[in-house]
Amino acid sequence: MTSEQSTSLLSVQDIRKRFGAVQALQGVSLDVYPGEVVALVGDNGAGKSTTIKMIAGVEQPDEGQIYFEGQPVSLSSPSVAERLGIQTVYQDLALCDNLDIVSNLFLGRELKRTLIPGLPKMLKKAEMEERALPVLQDLSINLPALSTPVAGLSGGQRQMVAVARAVLWGSKLVMLDEPTAALGVAQTKAVLELIERLASRGVGVLVISHNMADVLQVADRIVVLRLGRTVANFIKTETNREELVAAITGVNEEVATAQ
Amino acid sequence: MSANVQKGRHTVGATPTGLRARLASGDLGLIPVIIALIVIWIVFQSVNGNFLSGRNLSNLILQIAEIGMLGIGETFILLLGEIDLSVGAVSGVAAAVLVLLSVAGVNPWLCILLSVVSGGLIGIFQGFWVTIIGVPAFIVTLAGSLGYQGILLGMLGNTGTVPISNQTLLDLTSTYLTPATGWALVVIVTVLYALGAFMMQKNREKRHLPAPSTTATLTRSLIVLVVSAIVVGVLNTYRGLPVAGFILLVFIALFAFITQSTRYGRHIYALGGNKEAARRAGINTRAIKISIFTLAGLMGAIGGIIGASRLGSASPASGGGNLLLDSIAAAVIGGTSLFGGRGSMWNALAGALVIGSVENGMDLLSAPSSTKYIVEGGILLLAVTIDTITRRRRTRAGR
Repeated sequence: MTSEQSTSLLSVQDIRKRFGAVQALQGVSLDVYPGEVVALVGDNGAGKSTTIKMIAGVEQPDEGQIYFEGQPVSLSSPSVAERLGIQTVYQDLALCDNLDIVSNLFLGRELKRTLIPGLPKMLKKAEMEERALPVLQDLSINLPALSTPVAGLSGGQRQMVAVARAVLWGSKLVMLDEPTAALGVAQTKAVLELIERLASRGVGVLVISHNMADVLQVADRIVVLRLGRTVANFIKTETNREELVAAITGVNEEVATAQ
Repeated sequence: MSANVQKGRHTVGATPTGLRARLASGDLGLIPVIIALIVIWIVFQSVNGNFLSGRNLSNLILQIAEIGMLGIGETFILLLGEIDLSVGAVSGVAAAVLVLLSVAGVNPWLCILLSVVSGGLIGIFQGFWVTIIGVPAFIVTLAGSLGYQGILLGMLGNTGTVPISNQTLLDLTSTYLTPATGWALVVIVTVLYALGAFMMQKNREKRHLPAPSTTATLTRSLIVLVVSAIVVGVLNTYRGLPVAGFILLVFIALFAFITQSTRYGRHIYALGGNKEAARRAGINTRAIKISIFTLAGLMGAIGGIIGASRLGSASPASGGGNLLLDSIAAAVIGGTSLFGGRGSMWNALAGALVIGSVENGMDLLSAPSSTKYIVEGGILLLAVTIDTITRRRRTRAGR
């Protein structure tokens, strides 16, 4: 929050989305600054995943505007978002178990050379491995040999691979959907530390999480959604668990209306 | 920390993919099938001393050439996690196309080309139906298989069996590489392999990546030399390496290269491993799927051509019998998973050798068909069981 005056990396302003009869989003606004970790919290159905899909270009908002690096953008497809430097790490990770770590890091973006024009292009396996290593080392990601199949990795290591893949592609904004949901204590700690290192490199990070302890540990700012609306925007140091839970469940409002 | 990691990696054995990692992922590659093959050979050799003779091995290679070709096609399909029940029937149609054109006086090479094209067209049709319309491959290829058998009967009409009279077509499976050519092949294969392995090692060393040691590279090249020299040496005691076997090897080497070393091949594995991940990574999954079904059709046709050449005819029984199951068995016994994403082209060759050896060995012992069917069925069930159990172990380990 040191950069209130500087332009935000991502600015979502009052987006709305309707799926048939369901008004999924009815006024979501949030900002992410470079080097900042923003947590997006809310109850089930609050619109967290839909919001992320809008930013990832998977869905398009009916109303409202998304700004990236100060410019209004139209995120019409995932590839448009990726080209801008927005990478998403989905909950189910989207890794190929049967392929090794390097292959997963470069999936769909393999380095290749043409042997004979018109025929399948040859992979540059060694180059890919060489390019992946510094990224992993920068983030202090400790993985077994890069030729290990992903099937042989632990849940935390797999999460590391998924995040490293997002970073490798030069992202400015990394979105993580429930990155610690399936992880043990030690693995959760490692992933949270990785998120902090990412932010310290100037990457904006937007994290969806249900886990208040994680959120309070890693986030600089916490945006609360309820029923498809942004209802609160907390600075971590100025809030606590009770206040967050109250905002998520809407207890205060109900109490207020009851009185 | 990074320095530690580097050091640790360098001490991690010679092979980039350590045995332990492969064990963990349930991907043992060729090891089990080669052990099985050695056991089978020892058993049959001890019962009948002619089993490992040059003459019989030469025969064995001709016997597996057709299954091997179909097995390659099936391996591609299985890598995607699909199944193709039509390769046998496709090979029958291709055989009929070949023979009828040849009888009509068409140039033999044009006959081969058109026969292969007919298989490719069937493959595209099936690929379209599976990929774009979305009917399960199991049904499309089963229904197709029936239809192609009908086409085969229709093409052959009342004539029934149509013999091949063209010598070029017959020569495909009755000529042999001369002993000298065989030895030259041993040298070429070894040199190419050693060169490739050495360049790979140097490239990785240059980039400070974990690389196999020079000893390991030399040992592997030596193994290639010894194995190929033994094969050619034994076959040369009869008439040399059969041309059909040589063609099979060329196809396997070509497709092994495509699957292991090209982007297209990598995407095939990705699609078989996790379709959704492949799609999100921007891979054109539809194009790949259709292309694989087309390849399977092409390989079915090539197998059919070899089969027709060997039988010297096309008949209503072409592509029938246990050819389909043998080719699926070849792929699966070789270690290609029925569940997609795991396997290789060399598996198809090894699996075809196992199937062929069992059939051939039991023929030598003049075992009745009843025994042969039961034994082959048992082997297939065993191979699929092993595949299923390894997969279950993986899933249970949360992978």
